[in-house]
Amino acid sequence: MSATIAETTTDWSNALLSELETATIQIEKKQGAVPQWLIEADHWRTFAELAHKLDWRWAAGWAEQQAKTFLVNSCFAKQGEYIWLRTTLNGKKPQLPSQAMVYTGASRCERHTQDMFGIDFTDHPDSRRWIKHQAWPKNRYPLRKDFPLQGQPEDVSPSDTDYQFLRAKGTGVYEIPVGPVHAGIIEPGHFRFQAVGETVLNLEERLAYVHKGIEKLAEGRTPEQLLRLAGRISGDTTVAHSWAACRAMEQAAGINIPPRAAFIRGILCERERIANHLGDVGAICNDVGFAFAQMQFTRLREQWQRNQMNMFGHRLLMDCLVPGGVKQDLSNEQIASMEQELAELRSELDEIIPALDLNSSLEDRLFTAGFLSVKTATDFGALGYVGRASGQDFDVRRDTPYAPYDQINTKVVVEEQGDVASRVWVRIKEVFASIRLIAQMCQQLPEGDIVTAWQTPAGNSEGLGMVEGWRGEIISYVRFADNNTITRFYPRDPSTFNWLALEKIVLNNIVPDFPVCNKSVNGSYSGHDL
Amino acid sequence: MLRLFAKTFKTGIVTERIKTPDSAELETLGIEIKRHIDKHFSGSLAIREVDAGSCNGCELEIHAMNNPLYDAERYGIHFVASPRHADVLLVTGPVSRHMQTALLRTYEATPSPKWVVAVGDCAVCGGEFGGSYASCGAVANVIPVDMTIPGCPPTPETLLKALLGLMKGKGK
Ligand code: SF4
Repeated sequence: MSATIAETTTDWSNALLSELETATIQIEKKQGAVPQWLIEADHWRTFAELAHKLDWRWAAGWAEQQAKTFLVNSCFAKQGEYIWLRTTLNGKKPQLPSQAMVYTGASRCERHTQDMFGIDFTDHPDSRRWIKHQAWPKNRYPLRKDFPLQGQPEDVSPSDTDYQFLRAKGTGVYEIPVGPVHAGIIEPGHFRFQAVGETVLNLEERLAYVHKGIEKLAEGRTPEQLLRLAGRISGDTTVAHSWAACRAMEQAAGINIPPRAAFIRGILCERERIANHLGDVGAICNDVGFAFAQMQFTRLREQWQRNQMNMFGHRLLMDCLVPGGVKQDLSNEQIASMEQELAELRSELDEIIPALDLNSSLEDRLFTAGFLSVKTATDFGALGYVGRASGQDFDVRRDTPYAPYDQINTKVVVEEQGDVASRVWVRIKEVFASIRLIAQMCQQLPEGDIVTAWQTPAGNSEGLGMVEGWRGEIISYVRFADNNTITRFYPRDPSTFNWLALEKIVLNNIVPDFPVCNKSVNGSYSGHDL
Repeated sequence: MLRLFAKTFKTGIVTERIKTPDSAELETLGIEIKRHIDKHFSGSLAIREVDAGSCNGCELEIHAMNNPLYDAERYGIHFVASPRHADVLLVTGPVSRHMQTALLRTYEATPSPKWVVAVGDCAVCGGEFGGSYASCGAVANVIPVDMTIPGCPPTPETLLKALLGLMKGKGK
């Protein structure tokens, strides 16, 4: 089985290699957990064009400063195979062609790199600043090594009033600015609507209000300290982000975690998925006035979180992972009570879900609202349930299985309907799938240690960790200095792409349906803004 | 529809009793009240929540206060959509520099008398993020704070007790 996977996967790379050869583009290959391809900066965009032609997905992009140069990286994926593309730029005038002309999804990652490093993507379709508002001066770049963590902030950072939004003109067209402070209990960000009557003509997002300098704060941290930070990139995704950071660090250090630890990580991550899906399905129903579901689902979520407190010591499962394993073991009694808990949750859902399914007013509001076509989802590289409700048949757990998912049977829910209802149903089905996964993990939980002793990684060692979090694929990059401290950390949250998808999802919907459309995507502001 | 009612009846009332905490309990929870709600607010607290840079963890637990087990609204604690309707600003996160002006304006838009409650370690002392080129750190570095609730994030029970403690002080 694994041999056939290896063969087919090499086929994809080989096809790409032969395209590159025809185009006379030289590649230097470096072996590793994710193969690294080094390329001249001039060919940066051409590479993207060839990869796009062969249906590779653009999965991440980030940069790094070395002594006198900059390294720019992109990650491409196809059917579970990853390629890590890298080029080196001159430190004096760092510039290279943009991949965003080919892959729309690359747009904001490149603008992030531009703002944080001062790297110029020459033909970028939208060179407005993105992560930068007014917190630091124009020609200063926080992730350059000569930029101190404290910076030189003004007493009060002025608001970002001169950002140029796209404007619509015409009879009856009007503009609605929303945020950054929203009406509900949600994270801050700005939305600029152009509307006619009730219909949305255009939506533009202005994010980065909660930019906290996470990448800069990571520099100089020990593995344990990095993990505390990674667990707070997005509080709702604490397990998955910690896991991705762990996988990257463990790869760099060349250590394998004990099988039991991998299973416990799997249980934690599936629990996180269930908690978020329960909360969000309730909230989506509430956004269209169906309070029954909101009350039932928040009740289930609360019980679920209390059990997490009892079993793992934290309601949201923060700080449960450690470099090399997990912090805490599970006793046989805890396993038994978890199995009991799963059975109870399933029977509760068996009573609640039919009441949702048969409710015609709910159906009326959710079906056809917030449509995302398969094509747009593909263009943006939409991830997780947003992608999977629009035909993106992709899941790291199944396609690039890491322990424990390489030992259990992961089913992936895919639909093509692409509306709010579809995203809700994908998530409901994912709850049932995760219940089954946890049950399997409980049954197959191997005996043994829960942590492997940490080994100081050689200076300059790197790692790239992928994990399927509840919002979708997370990719984390780390590089170590020679004293067991981090010199570069970049976590790519799935929201990076899903936020882009939201701008399309709301088009031609009525303004009052924006909350439900937004909630059905539920992008992370904090995970995006870093 | 029948299924819906059947489930509602079967679930029954799940709301739990929460006693107003005394000062010893508040102290064990690490809650610090610098200024009590005054006597004009009897039994009702309109709250505007402001995420000034949090990781969203605190928001999840603030949300949980409204679930049927805690049901904060039975104590008159309710969340409003505008600072102009609010008595209390519940502020989370280290204040990101990009949110600094927005927080100041929200504070100005809240009618006096007003109280500011800093929720979570980040809001109380900067937490994991502290102060940097991107973050002002604690909420008190930006606007005056009347009460602090530590925790990463504080549990809904702690949050609810803290708010009850704040209200109980009325008239002192
Ligand atoms: S206190 Fe903890 S949960 Fe709250 S915003 Fe800070 S890191 Fe997130």
